[in-house]
Amino acid sequence: MSALKLAVPSKGRLQEQTFEWFATRGITLERTGSGREYAGRVLGVENVELVMLSAGEIPRELAAGRIHMGVTGQDLIAEKIPAWETQVERLAEMGFGHADLILAVPRFWADVETIDDLDAAAAAFRKTHGMRLRIATKYHNLVREYLRREGVADYQLVDSQGATEGTIKNLTAEAVADITSTGDTLRANHLKILGGPPILASQASLFSSIHSDWNNAAMAARQEIISRIGAAHA
Amino acid sequence: MVSDRAYLKLARQGAGLNAVRDEVGRLMAGFAANGAEAVEPAALLPADVLIDLYGEDLRSRAFTTCDPVQGEQMLRPDFTVPVAQMHMQSGAEAGRYAYAGSVWRRQEPGSDRPIEYLQCGLEAFGEANTAHADAEIFAILAEALRGAEVAPVTGDMGIILAGIEALDTTAPRKAALMRHLWRPERFKRLLERYAMPPEPSESRAALLEATATGALDDYLAEQGPTIGLRSPDEIKSRAEILLEDAATPPIPMEQVNLLERALAVSAPMREAISSLREIATEMPALSPAIDLIEARAEAISAFEIDGFQLPFEASYGRTTLEYYNGFVFGFTAVNRPDLPQIAQGGRYGALTRALGREVPAVGGIIRPEALLSLNGGQP
Repeated sequence: MSALKLAVPSKGRLQEQTFEWFATRGITLERTGSGREYAGRVLGVENVELVMLSAGEIPRELAAGRIHMGVTGQDLIAEKIPAWETQVERLAEMGFGHADLILAVPRFWADVETIDDLDAAAAAFRKTHGMRLRIATKYHNLVREYLRREGVADYQLVDSQGATEGTIKNLTAEAVADITSTGDTLRANHLKILGGPPILASQASLFSSIHSDWNNAAMAARQEIISRIGAAHA
Repeated sequence: MVSDRAYLKLARQGAGLNAVRDEVGRLMAGFAANGAEAVEPAALLPADVLIDLYGEDLRSRAFTTCDPVQGEQMLRPDFTVPVAQMHMQSGAEAGRYAYAGSVWRRQEPGSDRPIEYLQCGLEAFGEANTAHADAEIFAILAEALRGAEVAPVTGDMGIILAGIEALDTTAPRKAALMRHLWRPERFKRLLERYAMPPEPSESRAALLEATATGALDDYLAEQGPTIGLRSPDEIKSRAEILLEDAATPPIPMEQVNLLERALAVSAPMREAISSLREIATEMPALSPAIDLIEARAEAISAFEIDGFQLPFEASYGRTTLEYYNGFVFGFTAVNRPDLPQIAQGGRYGALTRALGREVPAVGGIIRPEALLSLNGGQP
């Protein structure tokens, strides 16, 4: 059994870009077996096992220490691991998978441009409809923390695990907080992004768990990976 | 250790547990002797009522769980709401209630605050003499803490409420400020914006122009199709408010400064009252609130406590104690920074109003485990 478990996204563009990123740094990650089998191997560094996991599950596995290193989005790490800086270490930002967590409202809301407007609109909405303005998201922790910091009141979060931009048209939410890279889906759904910096600017990153079994062999493999990727960590 | 509990080691069994039970019994007996009926609200409460009252913040601080039939439930984060609900549903005009039990709160990662601890408290509803009822609740809690090394602090949300009312500005602006009483940073930002309004953005200027010229319908249609529950009428009505607000003169800087001076008052009660009186010569609307503070200090003095020596902080209670809108107080273990406030309380008419019927309400809680820990483990 290998000493260090490295987890990468189990499929799609994110996996391809991850493989390319490691390849340009002299580490070959490849799938083995049939195309649908989630199995792979690492060439170029000894003692590393490649694990394929859903990007959304990698934060949890890192926090639990069941894997040593993993590639996933900054957004997922920040959402799923409370005080993530104390649980995992970010070894490298990988320069792809860029996405911003933003708040968006219908484009015809001409009176809402900023977070201050949203707060005032929420107060009026509650008075008119007898309920708090609903914000659909799957990033509950990040969004709640952001709105608390900004002093927004009279809202409630409603869970949406997909097709979040459609919730407004379907009358299950009044605003959405979601990840966007190009903004195309937002525009297609007649939404606009609130002004100001995003809630979080995210990209794919390589993380290392603090809680894994860092025996000598695992440490040696870690050192080797770090020296290849040129990360400024010991 | 499994037999540790909040602030106390080995207090879930044997002598440690007996000490906790004795302490809770002593406090409850004291409350009963002051006319309080014992109540025991459920530990699991429907989440929707609580979130509606406290806001989304609560969801991050309370433990939630889900019942397939009853929906989202919360582990009791405090007693005040369920006790107030009990009183409202009883239909009685006045009532005093005492309770003891665990509350559960999630803590920030890295915090060493307990997620479960005991509260033992007293709530009084429907007592018409505000100063006297405030004083009596304060005195009952002070008496229960007799001998413990605690320092009291008092405040009154009435000062900021009266200060907002006194501002020379429109009702919507006052309402916006009131709404953010408990979020001091946003309150400050709002107050500054009303005193020194920023230039409107290009799109905001266009919206105001369209509103002023009656071209708002066309303007909205240009922005995008109508989707969602928030209707064009709601947007138009807010656009009208924005237009009105843009034409509203700024709040005079002198008034902002007076309000900020009043909120900065922090002194023993007698001095605090005279500082506030001085500010009230320029902001007379503060006077009724100051009269109440003075009447309360006198009423407290009837309970063998020198009400005029108590520390008073005009901003006390704005960050820690949501929903209070009058008298606020706390007792701190000054030599034990590891302990939370040993006791705290205040007046909360706004909460009963939100529950459907405004009833005068004042109450307070003691943290018996923290009190025992402060007293060296013995009641």
